[in-house]
Amino acid sequence: MLSILAVDDSPSIRQMVAFTLKSAGYNVIEAADGQEGLTKAREKTVDLVLTDQNMPIMDGITLVKNLRGLPMYSSTPILILTTESSDEMKAKGRAAGATGWLVKPFDPVRLVEVVKKVIR
Amino acid sequence: MGEITNQGIQPGGIGIDLSQFFEVFFEEAYENLASYESMLLEMNLEEPDDEALNAIFRAAHSIKGGAATFGFVDVAELTHELETLLDLARRHELQLTTEMVDCLLASGDALRAQLKRHQSGGTGEPTPIDHLVSDLRRLARAQAAVAGATEKNAAGAAGDDRGNAAVAASGERVITIRVGPNEEGFDVKSLLDLFDEIPGMGKASLVTGARAPSPEFSDLTVTTASADSDLIDLFTFYVDRDKVTIMQCLAPPPPAAAPEADLGFGLFDESPASTQSQTAVAAIAPTSTQSVPATIAAKADKPAAAAESTTLRVSVEKIDQLINLVGELVITQAMLAQKAQALDPNQHSGVVAGLTDLERNTRDLQDSVMGIRMIPMSFVFNRFPRMLRDLASKLDKKIELKTSGEATELDKGLIEKITDPLTHLVRNSVDHGIETPSDRIAAGKAPHGTITLSARHQGGSIVIEVRDDGRGLNRERILAKAVEKGIPIPDNMPDQDVWQLIFAPGFSTADVVTDVSGRGVGMDVVKRNITSLGGTVELASALGQGTRVSVRLPLTLAIMDGMSVGVGGEVYILPLASVVETFQADQSKIKSLADQGKVVQVREEYLPVRPLAKLFDVPYPAVETSRSIMVIVEAEGKRSALVVDELIGQHQVVVKNLEANYRKVDGISGATIMGDGRVGLILDISYLVA
Repeated sequence: MLSILAVDDSPSIRQMVAFTLKSAGYNVIEAADGQEGLTKAREKTVDLVLTDQNMPIMDGITLVKNLRGLPMYSSTPILILTTESSDEMKAKGRAAGATGWLVKPFDPVRLVEVVKKVIR
Repeated sequence: MGEITNQGIQPGGIGIDLSQFFEVFFEEAYENLASYESMLLEMNLEEPDDEALNAIFRAAHSIKGGAATFGFVDVAELTHELETLLDLARRHELQLTTEMVDCLLASGDALRAQLKRHQSGGTGEPTPIDHLVSDLRRLARAQAAVAGATEKNAAGAAGDDRGNAAVAASGERVITIRVGPNEEGFDVKSLLDLFDEIPGMGKASLVTGARAPSPEFSDLTVTTASADSDLIDLFTFYVDRDKVTIMQCLAPPPPAAAPEADLGFGLFDESPASTQSQTAVAAIAPTSTQSVPATIAAKADKPAAAAESTTLRVSVEKIDQLINLVGELVITQAMLAQKAQALDPNQHSGVVAGLTDLERNTRDLQDSVMGIRMIPMSFVFNRFPRMLRDLASKLDKKIELKTSGEATELDKGLIEKITDPLTHLVRNSVDHGIETPSDRIAAGKAPHGTITLSARHQGGSIVIEVRDDGRGLNRERILAKAVEKGIPIPDNMPDQDVWQLIFAPGFSTADVVTDVSGRGVGMDVVKRNITSLGGTVELASALGQGTRVSVRLPLTLAIMDGMSVGVGGEVYILPLASVVETFQADQSKIKSLADQGKVVQVREEYLPVRPLAKLFDVPYPAVETSRSIMVIVEAEGKRSALVVDELIGQHQVVVKNLEANYRKVDGISGATIMGDGRVGLILDISYLVA
């Protein structure tokens, strides 16, 4: 079963994402901030990382940079979930090595569509 | 900043019902609101702390994200404005002012109201937020204008990244300009015509349909290469400057065939994922080296993982059920212990040892379960900084709040019931205790008054204190008021007794009835509420120095220390806290008074005698014993001597609500099940001494 790491500081969003992806047949690992995400990503290599940008302790961009520094995450798709769709944000995401972005709010259907598109 | 769409969320083909996440969202949003509020209150406007600004922003941002996802459009709309202002603040593009903090706090209140409404199924009037939205925009804009001006001076230097973010290669950008609130007769078309008339300003179109703002506003989507200030100058042909808001920068118009703009997601074409994956990095990392750091990491980060799973949301009903069951277990255990006393310990050593273990485990279990219901006093204390801020500005006083012992834990039921009385005490301190800054300076004190809230455990009770360094209670005025009320005053009444007078019903020495303390509830209600929780209130005061109110409460309502007494064949429980002393009264000490029935002389005092057997119609042998056993009980400052047949003992009892299981009975406050399985009624002392 393909595993997805969902990183978001909001428990409700995290639950929604996890529930949606589990219903779509993925194994989901949750983390509440970038630091915890990094820890969990190291514990088990996942097939896709979904991360929020604005989080305490470690934000999404920093998480992406850190993950890209790990050999096992050099080619794993990473999506940033963000309410900021500005070019600035996209440039930062691109520079950090993210695969793409998904604008919040999103509905469960779109989430699954996007995930199917990038996961391999 | 993303824009908020008004589109509702459709459950869609995979049939996810978002409403299952609502409760979690509400809980989370309230938590975010609480920290948002407390951080705003603690904010030092002169030197704002970056971390705090970020955290406040994040709280608003988080609520917005959830609200937008779960379809609470009005919450998302308001938080979006908060986020805009707070984002400017955390980027140091504007300096937070007291006015802004006021507006941010008021918005927090409105958010709470909105959330409450959604939580209760969306019934009731929606909270009006238009004024807040326009205030927030005005505050954010006033600063944006300043930033815009400096930017212009810098001749296009890359200053405001928000402003420049959307500048496309051609120099054109797409922005939304909001106009309003519009006056009657205003036609937004005149603005659109302007763009046609003046070449080079760009193109404008009116936003219609679902994304249009409320009727009194108009949104225009403008594609332009002109500076913000030039656009605003253009608009002021027809509308006042303060009615024009440049809302946000949208990305440059996407190329015609860019489906990601509609999808709300996209992939970076040159992501390292595709390029680096071909490099040797993956090959260099053999599986063995991968797994070793993985386990090390797992060990090193264990505490973090454990910390995450330390809380669990459980409904109060489940916990109460657990407490009830443990209560039953305690009773069963007590019953077994009583039965086992008849056994020969030598013959049944196994059973006796087992019962001892059972007793210890039951007691530990009971402590643990009761601990679940315990919540820290900070739940109550946290509401006061905001209240004091509001009260102080209303009364033109300067007040500092100090708290200590926020971590002291108290039963949830008690916390809920103590909140109102404490609020009243704090209000009293602010209104009647703390003087105005000028009065304070005249009295040689610091202009700032200080109110100290503290909580601490003391024996089996919790002591909560409200202390102020205000003017103190005025003995003369209280006495004068008492005389006016017709309350008998002995000469040289000690201070402690004088202070007790203010707990009399309808007693208020306030010269002016203010809308802060108001008429509403008085100290008598405070005292009654606290007494009904099995607590006591004490006052200490020094003129010109301040006042201290100490509230002492039991830690929990569910378990009580009781003294059991026998009357006839019945067993009654007296709350140990109200028992003063027990003694055998000599018949000679008992006297009959014409109007008061019997009284008994105890030292220098005559106390009314209340035979429990008569009060509760217990069948009673007619023989009058020469010496009867009396228990002196006290409640609300009054004492009586209860006549009983025997004193059985002291024990902890699990209090059961009589009203829930039977009906309200005068003189009985509850019931418990005794070790032998019989029901013992718990006496309501305040009724008996009345």
